[in-house]
Amino acid sequence: MKPFDYRRIHTVEEISQNEPGQARFLAGGTNLIDLMKHEIEVPDRLLDISRLKLSNTEDAEDGALRVGTLVTNTTLASDSRVRKTWPLLSAALLSGATGQLRNRATTGGNLLQRTRCYYFYDTARPCNKRNPGEGCSAREGQNRIHAILGASDQCIATHPSDMAVAMVALNARITVRATDGSERELPVEELHRLPGDHPEKDTVLEPDELITAVTLPAPPPGRQLYRKVRDRSSYAFALVSVGVILHVVEGRVDSVRIAFGGVAHKPWRAHKAEAALLGQAATDANFRQAAEAELADAKGYGSNDFKIPLARRTLVATLRDAAHLEQEVPA
Amino acid sequence: MAVLYINGTQVTLDDDPRTTLLDTLREHPGLTGTKKGCDHGQCGACTLLLDGRRVNSCLILAIQCEGSEVTTIEGLSQGQQLHPLQQAFVRHDGFQCGYCTPGQICSAVGMLGEVSNGEPSDVTGRGEVTLSRAEIQERMSGNLCRCGAYSNIVDAILESGSGQPLTQEVTES
Repeated sequence: MKPFDYRRIHTVEEISQNEPGQARFLAGGTNLIDLMKHEIEVPDRLLDISRLKLSNTEDAEDGALRVGTLVTNTTLASDSRVRKTWPLLSAALLSGATGQLRNRATTGGNLLQRTRCYYFYDTARPCNKRNPGEGCSAREGQNRIHAILGASDQCIATHPSDMAVAMVALNARITVRATDGSERELPVEELHRLPGDHPEKDTVLEPDELITAVTLPAPPPGRQLYRKVRDRSSYAFALVSVGVILHVVEGRVDSVRIAFGGVAHKPWRAHKAEAALLGQAATDANFRQAAEAELADAKGYGSNDFKIPLARRTLVATLRDAAHLEQEVPA
Repeated sequence: MAVLYINGTQVTLDDDPRTTLLDTLREHPGLTGTKKGCDHGQCGACTLLLDGRRVNSCLILAIQCEGSEVTTIEGLSQGQQLHPLQQAFVRHDGFQCGYCTPGQICSAVGMLGEVSNGEPSDVTGRGEVTLSRAEIQERMSGNLCRCGAYSNIVDAILESGSGQPLTQEVTES
């Protein structure tokens, strides 16, 4: 690990006393410390934010819930309000990582975790995300876990978070604080970028901007389901995951939200599939058509070709399960 | 000087902020029960309890833990009197080479606390949490055993966690 200065801060105001750009925020550290051991992340300074007063989850206006950025994945998944009203989020959180990691990993940190592309981690191989302009080893290499949607010539990495997939389906918003004390809000859906010509940038945040909270608005009616397909049944990243909120009224889709994980450089909100389903009968044929509409532009790179039919079938199966539950008993 | 408390004893930290909690234990107070396996949070051999919660000590800088209470495998027994989970691991032969065992046991202690707090897992669903083989298998997935002693590890944890000797009935529940 490269040497760095360590500083613990106790209020967000202390952030502005630092020069921007050279420091990284440290919370749970489950991803950052690992990346520093590999010397993929080489910050000059770590600002330890783990003792800031940002670890509360509070009821907010209009049935929303405001989650402090330092709330751990365990605490958030176990919160009785989340389990009752936003079960999609609890399920997604619990499908990721391990008990040890979830005890440490934070809400903001989970959003900002980096890809698990093999070549991003292998410092002996070229990677445009690690060293822009160097080339992408994954396009012609082992790309079983890589993107099928929204990739670029520069990068075909995926975002690994389960939590973020649920948040995108739930229309969650983040609050971001800049060094000058100004705050802005944006949807989680707009936080992560597609790789384009700048795969080194995972998100739209500036280096000195700190996520302080995530707000979950009251969810739309309907069943919330998260389904994750992976190489082993626990402690594995998604090959494909799907988060669905489906409301069926008299056999027709009254409202629907769909997000995919494991398929793109960002959690993938399936707007085309949603549009194709709205007002239609909740049938397998329509679910399949919606999945095909979303995946029409999907592209495989060899070892990940299987993800295209896998994504289609996973979405159809999840919608079918949600529709059955909707018709059985009211949510 | 920054300090933390390991098994109730105050320990002064290294000046180098790069030192992980795991390396602090192994190199300074001579507490080598906590094991270094992968050193990247994938195997669970370094699991210990930090302020009562199980964590991977290889992914934590010691300086982050200033003022915290750390419990390692050495802190679970009372002298020669082993912790009930340690006794259960002996009774059920929950190991072969033993390298993963301190991490398994510390993880199980933390995990049983999570169950009694009612914290759900990926297999819990929307209802109450009850200890079962499926729950233990899912919750212990962060602790690898390359010898493959898993079935006996699950038996040991199930017996200790349910508070009754393992009978056929309990095994199948």
